[in-house]
Amino acid sequence: MFDHYAQNSLRYFPEKCINCRRCTQVCPHRVFAEGKDHADLVNPRACMECGACEKNCPVQAIEVQSGVGCAWAMIGAALRGKDMDTECSCGGPDGSCCGVEPEEEPCSCGADTKECDKK
Amino acid sequence: MEQPENACCGDTAQKPAAPCCCSGTPGPAPAIRTTTSAITGKDRWDHVLARWGVNRMGRIVPPGLYRLGSPDKDSPVFASANYTLSFDALRSALAGTDAWILVLDTKGINVWCAAGKGTFGTGELIRRIAVTGLSEVVAHRKIILPQLGAPGVSAQEVARYSGFSVEYGPVRARDLPVYLATHTATKEMRTVRFPLADRLVLAPMELVHTLLPMIAVAVVLYFLAGTVAGLAAIAAVLAGTVFFPALLPYIPTHDFSMKGFILGALVAIPFAAAFVRAPGLSGIAQVIAILVPFLLIPAVVAYLALNFTGSTTFTSRTGVKKEIFRYVPVMVLMAGAGTILGIALGILRFTGVA
Repeated sequence: MFDHYAQNSLRYFPEKCINCRRCTQVCPHRVFAEGKDHADLVNPRACMECGACEKNCPVQAIEVQSGVGCAWAMIGAALRGKDMDTECSCGGPDGSCCGVEPEEEPCSCGADTKECDKK
Repeated sequence: MEQPENACCGDTAQKPAAPCCCSGTPGPAPAIRTTTSAITGKDRWDHVLARWGVNRMGRIVPPGLYRLGSPDKDSPVFASANYTLSFDALRSALAGTDAWILVLDTKGINVWCAAGKGTFGTGELIRRIAVTGLSEVVAHRKIILPQLGAPGVSAQEVARYSGFSVEYGPVRARDLPVYLATHTATKEMRTVRFPLADRLVLAPMELVHTLLPMIAVAVVLYFLAGTVAGLAAIAAVLAGTVFFPALLPYIPTHDFSMKGFILGALVAIPFAAAFVRAPGLSGIAQVIAILVPFLLIPAVVAYLALNFTGSTTFTSRTGVKKEIFRYVPVMVLMAGAGTILGIALGILRFTGVA
C-alpha cells in the first residue's frame, strides 16, 4: 500500500555469473551478496537502478534500466514534451541534481531544468 | 561490446592497443599540480556557500593529476571529480598518505551525480589517464575509484583500454584510512545511507529553489486573505523543503507523495482551525474555510516531497515514475479544487453573503 518502489527493472541471470564479486563491491544498497558459486540476489527491492552492477559485470549477468529517480527532472522533461526516460539523469547525495547540483551544462537538472536537453 | 561513451577516438574498439588519445601522440604531459590535505577556514566557508547554491560554477577544480604529500612511482592513485566538495573530501581523508589524485573533468559535478550522467565515466577516465601520462608517473597499474563512481565506469573496459585495473574504494572518503590498511571494504563502507545530517544539509538548496515563488504567493495571499493565509504559504513550503527531509524516515508509507500528503495534512490543521474561527462565517463558508487549507497545503507539500526524490540516495527511476503518474494528477486536482474554493470563499465574504 502506497509503495511504488517494490518493483524495479533489475534482472539477474545467475547462470551467467562467474562469481567475480564486482556487483557486491559496487552496489550501494547490498542488493547482491557474495555466494558460493555465484553472486546472490538478496535484496532486489533495495535496488535504486543506478546501473553500477550492470556496467561492471564482465559477463552481462545483470540487466537494469539505469537512470536516476528524480521527479524534478522527469516532471520537467514531461512538461517540455520530452521523453521522461531518456531525459538527463541526476541524483545522489552530497549534492544531487534536483537539490544541490544545478549546473550550466545542457542536460542538467535542478535549477537549470530549462536547459535540460536530451543527452 | 559496448563502446565506452566518449572514448576519445571513437575507434578504440578496433585499435585497443593504440594509445587512447585522439592525437595519437599525447605530447608532453601537462604539469602535475600539488595539493595538501589541509581544509582551511576559507574552504569550509566555501563548502557552506556551496550548500546554499552560491556561485555554483566557482567550485570547479582543474582536472588533471595532483601530488598529495611526497608520492613516488609506487604510491596509490585515487580518482576524484572536479567539484571542490568531492576533491576536498578525498584530499582531507588522505591526510598523512602520499598519493596521486587524478581529477576527472566532471564539469564541476560530484562523483555520484557525474557517474549517473557518465561524465565520471569510462571514456573520461581512460582519456585522463592518457593525457596526464599516468603510466609514466607510476610503476603500478592500479587506480582506486570511489565506489559511487561505478555507475559511470566499466572497470573491465578501463582495464582493456588503459591497462589500469580499477579498484573500487569505499562509498565515503572518510573510510579510506581504514580501507587502505587492507584494501577491503566492510559492508558498512559499501553501503550508502541517508542520515539526518545528510538530509538536512540538502534543505537549504531545496529552500533556495522555492524561495521566490513562496514569497510571491505569501505576499499575494497576505493582501487577499490576510496574515494567516500568508503564513500558510510559508508553512507549506518550509514543511516540504525543510521538515520533510528532516522527518523523511519517520513519516508513514513509502511513497514520497503520500508522505507529503500526510505531513501537509498535519500542517493544515492549525490553519484550518484559524480560518474557521473567522468572525461572521456562515455554515457553508465554515466548511469551505476548513477544506481550503486541507486541499492546498497537502498538495504543495506532497509536490515538494516528490521533488525531493532526486536528492535522496535510494529512489529508483521506476518507482519515481510510477509515483508521478499516480499522484501528480491528485495533487493538481487538490490544488485546483482548493484554489477555486478559496476564491469562492473570498467572493462570499466580499459580497457579504457569508
